Amino acid sequence: MDYFIQQLINGVTLGSIYGLIAIGYTMVYGIIGMINFAHGDIFMVGAFIALIVIIALGITAATPLLLLILALCLVLVIAMALTAVWGWTVERIAYRPLRGSFRLAPLITAIGASIALQNFVQISQGARTKPLQPLLGGNIKLWETVGPEGSFVVQISYMQILIIVATLLLMAGFTFLITKTPLGRAQRACEQDRKMAALLGINVDRTISLTFVMGAALAAVAGLMFLLYYGVIDFYIGFLAGVKAFTAAVLGGIGSLPGAMLGGLLIGLIETFWSGYFSLEYKDVAAFSILAIVLIFMPEGLLGKPEVEKV
Amino acid sequence: MAAQKQDLLAGSVKDAAVGALVAFGLFAMLIGMKTDVSIGGLSIEYRWGAVAIAVAVVFVGRLALNLFVWKSEKPVTAVLGGFVPSQEAASRFGHLITPALFVLAVVLPFLLMYFLGSRGSRQYLDLAILVTTYVMLGWGLNIVVGLAGLLDLGYVAFYAVGAYSYALLAQYFGFSFWLCLPLAGILAAFWGVILGFPVLRLRGDYLAIVTLAFGEIIRVVLLNWYEFTGGPNGLSGIPRPSFFGLEFERGEGGFAHFFGLDFNSIHRIIFLYYLILVMALATNFVTMRLRKLPVGRAWEALREDEIACRSLGINTTNTKLTAFALGAMFGGFAGSFFATRQGFISPESFTFIESAVILAIVVLGGLGSQVGVVIAAVVMIGGFEFFRQFEEYRMLVFGLLMVVIMVWKPRGLISTRAPSIALDRKKAKGISADLVQEGHG
Repeated sequence: MDYFIQQLINGVTLGSIYGLIAIGYTMVYGIIGMINFAHGDIFMVGAFIALIVIIALGITAATPLLLLILALCLVLVIAMALTAVWGWTVERIAYRPLRGSFRLAPLITAIGASIALQNFVQISQGARTKPLQPLLGGNIKLWETVGPEGSFVVQISYMQILIIVATLLLMAGFTFLITKTPLGRAQRACEQDRKMAALLGINVDRTISLTFVMGAALAAVAGLMFLLYYGVIDFYIGFLAGVKAFTAAVLGGIGSLPGAMLGGLLIGLIETFWSGYFSLEYKDVAAFSILAIVLIFMPEGLLGKPEVEKV
Repeated sequence: MAAQKQDLLAGSVKDAAVGALVAFGLFAMLIGMKTDVSIGGLSIEYRWGAVAIAVAVVFVGRLALNLFVWKSEKPVTAVLGGFVPSQEAASRFGHLITPALFVLAVVLPFLLMYFLGSRGSRQYLDLAILVTTYVMLGWGLNIVVGLAGLLDLGYVAFYAVGAYSYALLAQYFGFSFWLCLPLAGILAAFWGVILGFPVLRLRGDYLAIVTLAFGEIIRVVLLNWYEFTGGPNGLSGIPRPSFFGLEFERGEGGFAHFFGLDFNSIHRIIFLYYLILVMALATNFVTMRLRKLPVGRAWEALREDEIACRSLGINTTNTKLTAFALGAMFGGFAGSFFATRQGFISPESFTFIESAVILAIVVLGGLGSQVGVVIAAVVMIGGFEFFRQFEEYRMLVFGLLMVVIMVWKPRGLISTRAPSIALDRKKAKGISADLVQEGHG
């Protein structure tokens, strides 16, 4: 039971990261109906930018706590801004010229963009994995049980608290952005009917660009969290994280924002429990299988609307 | 006029400056500050010079594009376009290019041997074998993607199934290559049906992602099932094929001895080249014949409009499954050839990148065009090997090329394709790109 609760905490942390990436997939799919295959690599770029800023600012575990939190906020802002530029550029170069082309065309440029991004980072930053010393150590002991095989401590680390709290704050802000602001309104209008939205004076191209920018910024947050939580990144992390986050988006119902978050949490939990109770080697197979099973048996996901096929 | 030019110049410079600013934002961190693992954690190596160069390249490139292509009254591309043969000339030329390529492929080993000798031609023959393998894979995938319009991102899984089938059958039962080749094809087709069956209800990009997932599952299983597949160490000592029972060995009973030739290791390479050439041509032949059969017509109809197909009483499940199974079968054949040529296989040869390369060959060559696949395979795989000294930049350029070619010519390089059926044979020279209506994917 204690082991279960511990895994639950770890799973929710991992799920928050996946959820943040999944939002990028789901928003883009909602608005232009394509899978932004390069989104996982945007997340990777975000993690790298965060790493570089952390090193450049000289943040270490020795920094006083208040200063550390301020500095991490600064890292977050810079990483979000620069990653957003990457997201915008990818959309501008690889997707916008193909709008209105046949349906597979943007998917193929997306794969191309993904390969290019991965290799660009590999060349510019080196292929070796980058370890980062833990910045925020320490944890809170929730309780301890002494059993016949020794004691087991259920604990939650400060880092996990930080990740979960930050995700909740971001989600709240993001929901406000989508439901209450003119930009969110424009986005939802484009989602329903792009042509009509354009006729009503919404700058569709700009709205789509902003969708990519927002998705990339959230991916950068996820990148920073991934970096702080795991402490190692390399140029290849985007592929797996991307597929898993996409699975999360599909599981929650693609196009639905709460769905993406819910799907992210579920995927995080499933992966953690799978590796905790079954086998570590096949944890990726678990994620891939869920993707296939969900798409086959309930393609509309948990919170999505069923897609009606019309002539 | 002068004022207009002034405006053009000013506008272009402004645009290029914005581009340069964006480029600075992109590159400042990732190029300008390289993180290095050093004692006591990570350190940063600053490379502002490289950033300056990258930004300058973007500025000049954008300025040039603005001045001469996008905003110019006489774009350079239009002038250059005059030198490119027109659509009709190209299609007339197109009738010649196929036999020319065929003849070249058949006589290639002799040409190489004649001019370069057996020592010098070896690396070119190896390259030719590699290119032909990709041509075969491209043609196999073309059945699924080009004809049936099902985007398959996990094609490499079938390639892996074929390769591992041969390697394992040879290892456990001592079967020969010629026995394993059909078995590998059948097994791969079987897997094609198994994987294809559940995903057939999906369309377009969903299908693509699920096939990607299946491809990865197979790779992860191969990687972790140590007892059976050797895990990351792979399988080695895979037997070489024989020429109707004649081994390529020195001495009594070998190929060279039987035909009264001097023993030369190049014989086996030439044999492998012809083997893959025949296999590839068989793939092409079968595909072209199938296209004329009802099932081929159904594939193409399915690609154009699935709902119309169903309304007309075509069994879409069976149609899709045959496409999947046939494509997989040819992938399996190519896989067992790959295993026998390498003599060693490991899961590393069957990553997602491999699927992406094969898909890129099919798509960039022009969906559904058989000659396009050949040209794309020669250009891409040949280009890959040609730029071997720039090893680390190859995949970057490859990714960028995928984007650029797709944006420039969304229908692929060879965008005309032979019509499936024509009422008037004289008029049926080829369908131009604008008329080729793509289905849902």
